[in-house]
Amino acid sequence: MNELFILMKSELLVTGLLFLLLFIKIGKGIKNESLLLIIQSLLLVNFIIGFFFNKEGNLFDGMFNTNGLIALQKSILSLGVYLISLLFADWFKKSEHMAEFFMLMLSALLGMFFMISSGNLLIFFLSLEMATIPVAAMVNFDLDKKISSEAAMKMILSSAFSSGILLFGISLVYGVTGTISFAAMPAVLDGSPLMILAFVFLFTAFAFKLSIVPFHLWTADVYEGAPFATTSFLSVISKGSVAFIFMATLYKVFQPMQDVWYNMIMLLSIVTMITGNLFALRQQNIKRFLAFSSIAQVGFILVGMSSNSPAGTASVVYFILVYTFSNLAAFGVAAAIASQTGKEKIDDYKGLYQNNRFLSWVLALALFSLAGIPPTAGFFGKLFLITAGASKGNYMFITIAALNMIISLFYYLKVVRAVFMDKNDFPVEKITIQFSTKLALIICSTGIVLAGIFSWIYDYIQALS
Amino acid sequence: MMEPGLYHLLFISGALFFIGVFGFFTRRNLVTMLMSIELILNSVNLNFIAFNKYLWPDKMDGLFFAIFIIAIAAAEAAVAIAIIINLYRSHGSIDVESAEELKN
Repeated sequence: MNELFILMKSELLVTGLLFLLLFIKIGKGIKNESLLLIIQSLLLVNFIIGFFFNKEGNLFDGMFNTNGLIALQKSILSLGVYLISLLFADWFKKSEHMAEFFMLMLSALLGMFFMISSGNLLIFFLSLEMATIPVAAMVNFDLDKKISSEAAMKMILSSAFSSGILLFGISLVYGVTGTISFAAMPAVLDGSPLMILAFVFLFTAFAFKLSIVPFHLWTADVYEGAPFATTSFLSVISKGSVAFIFMATLYKVFQPMQDVWYNMIMLLSIVTMITGNLFALRQQNIKRFLAFSSIAQVGFILVGMSSNSPAGTASVVYFILVYTFSNLAAFGVAAAIASQTGKEKIDDYKGLYQNNRFLSWVLALALFSLAGIPPTAGFFGKLFLITAGASKGNYMFITIAALNMIISLFYYLKVVRAVFMDKNDFPVEKITIQFSTKLALIICSTGIVLAGIFSWIYDYIQALS
Repeated sequence: MMEPGLYHLLFISGALFFIGVFGFFTRRNLVTMLMSIELILNSVNLNFIAFNKYLWPDKMDGLFFAIFIIAIAAAEAAVAIAIIINLYRSHGSIDVESAEELKN
């Protein structure tokens, strides 16, 4: 009994927060400002408790399992949610339904926690749905905007379709193996054609959620239509959690079929990087630009994932930590500019440096980190991913990945050039930033710098994986 | 008269699945698209029940999975319909072609 509380502590904590928010909302009479402060401190507590009382073990006959690495992954997700609550304070305070937004976000987070810990296809499916359905409602949160409801429609239809495909795959897996437990599955996987078909269905569903290329079509539209807080949640936390569980299933469950999935991952990774990069080149809207850049980043995550080794696990987890900092910083700056001036075009960013020194530097640092330029942590993230990928000895693949890094430099630096060097007669005027937004941007920038300098962070992740 | 076996059921569920996929890609009405997804989910249910009955009668996993799928399908349809109603309010139509502001 006691063990249940310790092993499921992050889930129970998030559930507690959800109920607390519900009661606060029912009681009403609290202003948005003070409610936001309460929520931020609760999320901070949630993040800090993630580091204590970690214990390895499983519950419910192996349906739920946890260990040090899984606890760390949960902490990364909690950190992301905490940073989101700080970054978009401006938007939250104006929003009429702030408590509901956080309830949806926390229930999606709860689903992700269960998904990362799942040891059974049934729990995995239920938690995946729990992590997806609230996000579709979050996309629709700008109720009066036309594009928001269009984006939500695209999101819910594509995610419902992908879960249909996932379920068909699971039903075939059940038919072939007779089990839905992750632990019992590797022994009975036989690599028969039907099993490979079932695996392709499962892979497709993951590819939908991670927006790997043939299934990425919803990404840019949903990112553009959704409010900034939702967009950053989708691109960082939702994507990170799916990457974690995808990696775990590939390494643990589908280990006997690694020859099959290595080729699939390699091919899709190449296509994803190239398509993401080429489409990012021609984007004018900053949200669409970041959407395609995040597609390209997923391609790089797949490079590390293809290694099928503990080094691969460590590099992916480290990269997602760095990616959380860099992408949230970029979205935070873009949201600060959009909420005060309504400008979302990259052309409007010309001459941003004249009036907004701080925002320009944070944006530049975030984009350098996303591009992978040495002093920032993004460089080490990519370096570890590519080194892990190279351990398979497929140098053609690694060369293509490295060339794609160079292409990506072009479009990231294009934005940096617009901010610092291009002249503009009407540059963005001085923007007043909320204190909490500033705090979150500073946390992100220090994270970007320090995660690269302090080698113990990577060593710690490697020791766990 | 022939007894229906596993292959008959798999044939029906496979046909249902692809009818659902076809409907999802060809229909332009949002509610019809939602119905196509329900077809896909029901084909999966049929798959689970058939595998459970004919291949693994001693394990109840498939049956439980089918029950959970029904519940999740209801939740998904509720959110989807809420979104569709909101779309109807802002666009005045539930045709996907009417919602086309987001393009690159």
